This record gives sequence, C-alpha cells and structure tokens, in this order.
Amino acid sequence: MLVNNGLVYLIALPLFGSALLLLAGRRADKWGHLFATAMSAMSFVLGAVQFYEMLGRDAENRAVTQKLFTWISVGSFNVDAGLLLDQLSICFVLLITGVGTLIHIYSIAYMDHDKDRRRFFAYLNLFIAAMLLLVMGDSYLNLYVGWEGVGLASYLLIGFWNQKPAYATASKKAFIANRVGDMGLSFAIMIAFATMGTVSFKGVKEAAEGSSQGALTAIGLMLLLAATGKSAQFPLQAWLGDAMAGPTPVSALIHAATMVTAGVYLITRSNFIFDAAPTAQLLVVIVGAITLLFGAIIGTAKDDIKKALAASTMSQIGYMVLATGLGPVGYAFAIMHLLTHGFFKAGMFLGAGSVMHGTGDEVNMRKFGGIRHFMPITFATFGLGYLAILGVPPFAGFYSKDKIIETAFYSGGIKGILIGSIALFGAALTAFYMTRVMILTFAGTPRYDINNPPHESSFLMLLPMGILAIGSVASGFLLARGEALVHWLEPLFHAHEGHGPEILPPVVISLMALGVVIIGASFAWFKYGRGPIADTAPTNVSIFTRIARRDLLQDDFNESVFMRPGQALTRLLVKTDDVVVDGAVRGVASATLGSGAALRTSQTGFVRSYAALIVIGAIALIAAIWAVTL
Amino acid sequence: MNYLTLIMAIPLLGAALIATLPQSKSLLAKQFALGTTLVAAIATIFMTTKFERSNTALQFVESYDWIKAFGIKYAVGVDGIALVLILMTALLTPIVVLAGWNESEGGRWSTKTFYILILVLQTMSFGVFAATDVFLFYVFFEAMLVPVYFLIGGYGSGERTAAAVKFLLYSLFGGLLMLASIIALYVLSGEQGGHTFDIGALSQLEMSSTTQNLLFLGFFIAFAIKAPLFPFHTWLPDAAKSATPGTSVLLLGVLDKVGTFGMIRYCLALFPDATKTFTPVIITLAVISILYGAFLAIGAKDIKRLIAYTSISHFGFITLGIFAMTTQAQSGATLYMFNHGFSTAALFLVAGWMISRRGSSTIADFGGLQRVTPVMAWSFFIAGMSSLALPGLSSFVSEFLVLVGTFTRYPVAAVLATFGIVLAALYILIPVQRALHGPTEPGNENLNDLNLREKIAIAPIIAVIVLLGFYPAPALNIINPAAAQVVSQMGFTDPAPTHGGK
Repeated sequence: MLVNNGLVYLIALPLFGSALLLLAGRRADKWGHLFATAMSAMSFVLGAVQFYEMLGRDAENRAVTQKLFTWISVGSFNVDAGLLLDQLSICFVLLITGVGTLIHIYSIAYMDHDKDRRRFFAYLNLFIAAMLLLVMGDSYLNLYVGWEGVGLASYLLIGFWNQKPAYATASKKAFIANRVGDMGLSFAIMIAFATMGTVSFKGVKEAAEGSSQGALTAIGLMLLLAATGKSAQFPLQAWLGDAMAGPTPVSALIHAATMVTAGVYLITRSNFIFDAAPTAQLLVVIVGAITLLFGAIIGTAKDDIKKALAASTMSQIGYMVLATGLGPVGYAFAIMHLLTHGFFKAGMFLGAGSVMHGTGDEVNMRKFGGIRHFMPITFATFGLGYLAILGVPPFAGFYSKDKIIETAFYSGGIKGILIGSIALFGAALTAFYMTRVMILTFAGTPRYDINNPPHESSFLMLLPMGILAIGSVASGFLLARGEALVHWLEPLFHAHEGHGPEILPPVVISLMALGVVIIGASFAWFKYGRGPIADTAPTNVSIFTRIARRDLLQDDFNESVFMRPGQALTRLLVKTDDVVVDGAVRGVASATLGSGAALRTSQTGFVRSYAALIVIGAIALIAAIWAVTL
Repeated sequence: MNYLTLIMAIPLLGAALIATLPQSKSLLAKQFALGTTLVAAIATIFMTTKFERSNTALQFVESYDWIKAFGIKYAVGVDGIALVLILMTALLTPIVVLAGWNESEGGRWSTKTFYILILVLQTMSFGVFAATDVFLFYVFFEAMLVPVYFLIGGYGSGERTAAAVKFLLYSLFGGLLMLASIIALYVLSGEQGGHTFDIGALSQLEMSSTTQNLLFLGFFIAFAIKAPLFPFHTWLPDAAKSATPGTSVLLLGVLDKVGTFGMIRYCLALFPDATKTFTPVIITLAVISILYGAFLAIGAKDIKRLIAYTSISHFGFITLGIFAMTTQAQSGATLYMFNHGFSTAALFLVAGWMISRRGSSTIADFGGLQRVTPVMAWSFFIAGMSSLALPGLSSFVSEFLVLVGTFTRYPVAAVLATFGIVLAALYILIPVQRALHGPTEPGNENLNDLNLREKIAIAPIIAVIVLLGFYPAPALNIINPAAAQVVSQMGFTDPAPTHGGK
C-alpha cells in the first residue's frame, strides 16, 4: 500500500482552526468565521487532490496510508496513530469537507447576528476534524477517537444555545444515547483483540477468515449497537429529534449529511465481519427496516419543519442500514444513497434554515404557507431536494433509493419480498410526509402577518443551497452512470458475487416505486392541498396520530424503562450508602470508642480515639502473631 | 547520586525554612512553599530523565541501616511504577500550592503551618512510593496521616473536625491491620534465616496458605481503605467535602494512590498465592466500586462529594486493572493512577474556585456559568471530559487499556465495568448542565472568571491531559517494563488470541 505523508493535514487544518478560535477567545471574533471556513475549504482542496491522484492509480493501488506514530503499545496490544484513505473513505472525505465548507459559508450569514459566532465556527471545525479522523483512521481504536469526537462536537453544537434548559437537556440526551452506542464499539474492539489479537482494519480483515462464527457474530452485533447510537437507528433513535435544538446549519451538516451516517460507514467498513456473520447481518436488515418505517411514520405527524426533516433523516438512514445488511451488493448502494442524501437532505435543511431566517425563527409549518411567493429561490432549491428524496427520475434519489428497493426484493425468498415491500411502503410514506412539508410551507395561503412577509435570504446562504440543489439533481445520475460508484468501491467488497433471483424485472420495481410515490404524494395533496390549514394542530385526532406525534412513544418508553428506574436505583443506593454502609462503620466506631472509654479518663481531645485504636490494634497485632507462630 | 533522598529532602528543607519565618510573613511563606515545590518538581523531572527505562531492576537504590537491632533499614529505590507516581506527586504539588493560594486563610492555624504541613506531606508521599523496606514504608504510610489530619481538621470547611477524625480512624484501623501483618512477616523472616524488613527478602518467605491469606488480608484491607474500595469508602466523600480543594487533590490524587500502589508492591509481591485466592473477590469488589461509585456520583448534590464518588468509581478501574494480571491491564492501571491524579486535580481545583466564588458547594446553586465565567466553565468541562475518559484525552488510554486487558481474562467483569462509561457520561454531564448551562441563576451573575494565577495553575494540568491523550508513549515507556515484570513474576502471561475457539 502506498504511503502518503500528507494525509494528516486534512485533519490537522480544521483541528488547528478549532483550537485557535477557542484559545484566542473574543480576539478572534472579527475573523474567526472566515478563518474556520478557510480551514475547511483547504481541507476540501487537499481531499480533492487526493481524489485526483487516486483516480490516476490502478484499482489495487488506490489506497494510501500514513503512520504518524505509535499511539498505544502494551504487550501485544499495538495501535498506531495511522490513517487510511481508500476508495470508501475518500467518498466521505469529499462529502464531509465539501458539504462542510458549504455549510461554513452558509453559517457566516446565518449566524451573523449571534455574538458567539466564533465559538460556533470553532465547534464546526472541531466536527470536521473529528469526522475526518472517523473515516480516515486505520483501526477501530482510531475510528473510536473520531467517533466520540464527533459526538462531542455534536453535543456542543446541539447545546450551542444551551442557556435554554430544553436545549441543554437535548444535548445531554444525545451524548448519553451515543455513549450507549459507543459502549458497543468498546465491546467490539475488546472482542476483536481477545479473539484476533488486533484491532486494525487490515488485521481484523485477515483474521476474520479464521475466526469462529461466535466471535464474528458478537463483534457484528456490537458494531451494530454502535451504529444504532450514532446513526439514530432503532432502538437508540430517540435523541435525533431533540437534536434539532442545534442551529439549523448543524442539523444540515451533522444531523443529516455526515455524522449520523457514521453508522453506515462503520458497517460498510466492517463488511468482512458482517459478510461472515449472517445472524448479525440479518439483524442489520431488521434494524434498518424498522427504523425506515419508524422515522417515516413520525415524519407524517410533525408540524415542526426541522423535526419532520429529522424524522426523514432517520428513515433515510434506515434505508442505508438496510442496504448494508444485504451483503456485498448492498454496500455500494448504501454509500450511493448516503452521498445523494448528503446533498438533498443538507440542501433541504439549509432551505428550512432559510425559511426560519426569513420568518423570524419560526419552525411550525402551520404558521407558514405560500412562502414560495416571498422566497422563490429557497422554494426552488428545496423543491429540487424534494423531488430528489421522493425518487422522481432523473433526480438523485431515484438512482440510489430505487437500487436499494430493488436489492431488497432480490435478496431472496420471503425475506426479500417482505423487506422489499417495507422499503416500498417507506417510499410511499416518504412521498406523503415530504409533500405535506412542501404544501404546508410553500403552497397555500399565508398563515402569518402578510404585512410583515418573510424575506429571501442573502447570497451567502443561497449559494450553498444552490450548489446542493445541483447535487440533488445530478449526483445520482453521475454516481450511477456506468455503475461508476459500484465499480469504484468494488475492490473493497467483492461485489461480483451478485444478488439473488430477480423475482421481478428492475423496470417493474422502478414503476412500482414511482407508483407508490405518486399515491403517497396525492394522498398528501388530498389531505392538505385542497383546503385551508389550521394554524394550530387539530386535537380531535386518532390515537395513531397522537402516538405518532409523541414520536411513537420512544421517550415514554425510555423514561419508564430506563430513566425512572435508574433514578430510583440511584436514590436507593445513595440511601443505602448513608444508612447501611456508612451506618455499619459508624456503629463499629461508636462501639469501639465505648469500649475504650475506661482507658481514656485522664485524656482529652482526639488523642483519646487514637489511644483507643492503639489498644485495639495491639490486640489485633498479638492475635496475628499468635496466629502466625501457632 | 542519591536522587530519591534528595527529592525527599527538598520539601523538608523548605518546611524548615518556612518555620523560621515570622508569623506575619504569610505571603513569603506561600512564595517559599511554591519555590520549594518547584525545585522538587524540577529535581524529579531531572531524576526521571536519568531513569533507565529498559532496566526492570529497582533504580536509584539507597540502603542504610536505621535501627540495626531490628534489621530496619532506610532503603529506597524505584521501578517504573513508583517513578511515575513520584513524578505525579512532584508535578501536582506546586500546582496545588499555586491554585490554592488563599486556601489557608480560613484555617484554625497560621498560613505558615499550612505550608509546612503540605511540604512535610510531600516528603512523606515521595517516601511511601520509594521505600523498599517494609517498616520504612509503614512509617511513611502512617505518618502521612498526621499532616492530612491537620490539613482537613484545621483548614477545611463545614464539619471539618468530624471528617478529619473519620478519615483518621479509618486509616488507623487499616494501618494497624497492616502493622500486624508486617510484624508477622518479621517474625517469620526470623524463623527463616534472619530478621529483615527488606521487601525482596520477604517475598521469598515460605508460608502456609492460611498464613499467607491472613497476612494478605492485613495489607489488602489497609490498602482498600486507602484506595478506597467498596465497602471501605465512606470516609472519602466526607473528607473530600470538608478538605480544602488543594488538600483534596493531594488526598485523592496522591494519598489514595498509596492504596493501589501498595496492592501492586506489597500484596502481589509478598503474597502471590493469596493474591490468586482472593482475586475473584477483589475483582467483584472492583466492579461494584466502579458502578456503585458512579451511581452515587449521579445522585450527589454536592459537587465535592460528586468528585469523590467519581474517584471511587475510578479506583475500581485501577484495582480491576491490577488484579486482571495482563500486561495491558497492569500498565493501564498504573497509567490510570497517573492520569487520575491530573484529571481529579483539574476537577477539584476548578470546583474549588467555583465554590469559593459562589459561596456554596451545592450543585443546584450554580447555573449558566458558561456565559458568566467562560474560562472557568471550559476548564471544568475539559476536566469533566477527562473524567469520563473521552478519547483523545489521557484517561481514555488508561481506561481502555484496563478494559481491554481485563476482557482477555475476565470478560464478564470487563463488560460490567464498561457500563461505567455510560454512567460516567451521566455523572459528568448532569453537573455540567446544572452548573454551566441553562439560564444564569441568581447569585451567579457577578462571579469573576479565572484570574491569571488560576489560569497558570490549570493550564499545565490541561496540557498534560491533552498531550498524554494523544501521545501516551512517554509515560507508557516508563511503566510498561515494570508492569510486565509484575505480571510475569506472578506467573501469568497474556492470554493468546483465541480466534473464537477455532
């Protein structure tokens, strides 16, 4: 494998930017945002250069590595601080730094009025650095550093306005849910070391062939646990909706385009584990299928535009996770959907941010309506993202999502029909909730003070939205043309194995997908597009709607199963420690002092207790010697 | 060059100088104390550079007869494990002096006395890690109690007298059990070729398993109280709450390490068979400590008690690492001791500054400090991240080494201990949210941010936490040979990769 000593600069630049902005404090207020943007942009340029050089090499020589130093070395546990840039990580590097830089630019304007803008940019740079480390580390332990690093950045950014208690709580919730997932990563690393004696990707890949099913399945399941935490998949999905407390550019970058897809990266990177552990792989499919429906159902009931988009993100990542569970053929499609989703979802989030910016930070779609008249460019870019997520040909989502649905149907037997149908049904739900978002926000009549209409955003915000809209249109075609991405990634996955029987011709599946999208969208139009919209959510709704509005009771479940029993246990232990453990000690102490009372009549102060103990000690000592010499 | 005696003499000399100062010159006493501890730190760093890392034998050895009639010697020497703990002590003490510049003012006695006590304590801390004569070790072990007792009882806050007495009684109880074991060892050595307290000679003694078990317990309980390990921990939160922040740093950061250090140096070396007998019990207690300490920290309402409980959890990790008997866990345990010194110092010192400004140590009295005192809030946050072992910070390396090293031999214990990392996120983020985030609560609006002296005190701690997180090799290179030696002397080798049984 080639050695490239320049890789570290991709990470070092934004890390330096972050440290400088934080350490310089208010002194950097004037130029901090520009500096951070420059760092991110330079990282992108370096990434692009790497990509260009990679294109010039043969398939087997594309990966490059860099060993920085020996990080941890004890006995046979040897972990280098080493980087690996291959066909898979370069996809992420370009996405992270590309979309990341656009979002830096957008944020210059979006955060203009915030007096802590510099701190915001410091966190953004920290995120870029950590996310790059996540995808460029050459071992599970290096990945772990980036993995928790993005968790930290996410925590700091969700809680950027943590003077609001609810936002502070949201950030804490995200960190803790992530830590539950991180525990899975810890376990996976421990099992890998105990059974294979290594934690590097290369080492584990080689050792996986000689390992037992039990070990591989255990590692796979633990990696899946890690992925559910970071990627907001069932059952660790509950934090993502609350994470929308962060400023909208953060939602676009971290909680839509990049960080939340880290779980997909982890599973894809560990393809050699999952391919050899069918049980774990099946569970990946199940988790993905559940989450894609879970998110989509929540998405149908949300009035908060950001929460509707967050639910959609959860659902779309469900598609990606589902695809990674389908084995060698699925990985490339998961990554393709990840990339196209990175464009269209980030674009829509920025669009939502633009609408919020224009309406005085309103997020309730019931207070929108007819915004297309006042914000035509935002409408256009959001609309292109909408067409992309629906999977309307030839927009980006059509290429990536259709492939996932197709692969699901072709995965064989009843399972194939079942998950294919779920993916299809999810597409219908997606069309429904996204059409609902479009109608409530951009169509219909204004449900706000018409004398104080929303205003279109500034150029600095519209530019990134425009570029992402172009990606929403073209990225799918470019990635799918001649199976470009599939061939690019092929050396990593052995994708030539192919898939199961084609129970239906691909064109039929495409038509079915298009059909359900039309049904879903029409249904939304019938429900929301024909009459006036109430500016408060109707309360006389079915139990199902109410449950969906409460996020399918995810918080109620977590609170009653984990939080409240946990709090009760904590209270019990605090009480036990005081009354039982310390109480026993106090009892012994007072008994001791009582028995020594006769001996300390002539003395005062604490020396008395000393004396009492010396006596006890002397007795203990004599007893011990007696016991030894006996 | 008699480095060890030299570094032990420096603080004593400083203390003697301070004793000659007039009572009124309290500023001069502080400056003398700072100067002395800085000289000791520099001398210790110099000594560390002279340490031969690949040599597993004790180094800087000195041995003189002390009480010849009983074969007691003044004998010192260090391996990598003792050296890093001495280095930690030497680095933390000047920081504690600088950080707690005004700590002595609420005291029962003078500023002069406060610093004399601190310096004497430093000498004894060096001695306890350096001693290679069991009796000398015992003398330092017990004599350390005296300055700490007066530091808590004389300069602390709240119910300081009660806390000091509780600390003293606990420690004396343990110390006396240990003394009984030491005398028994002495008697046995007389029966087997000549009275001695030399640890090397004592480790060669022949003992019946009952004897060995009893004597082991004498040492172990003393160390478990000091460390502290569940269920011997209840003195710590009281002591930490009442002590001044600087004293708490020395107490939890340095003194408590004597417990875990003693387990390695005395329990393992002197009683290898008893160690193996009791290992299942001790591992159980260690895991309980990790989880129990974490739950109590989550439930704590007082910030100093919270930090004390986090330490109980951390000492559980250290003990787990010591008894897991793999090189990763053993190196991890010693590195953990070193790192915990710094991360707890950061937590206690910043908490101390918060408390002295706010006039309360109740977490609920704080709120929104991030926007009032950003530097102080950041310092607390970084200290907290270190406590929850965020990757990239030093404590992650040690905690992960303990976990991975334990997993290869005791997977169930390692899995249970790993749940501690989720609890750690809770016990750090709860006070962070309460105290630093949210709206600025009344009483917090006008707090001052850290001054220059405080910034100078906290900066080196944070630097160590970050640098050793990225590049732990300087510490690991010293620790690894000694830790590997401990494991091999116990007759263990690291479990080989199983390939899942294939």
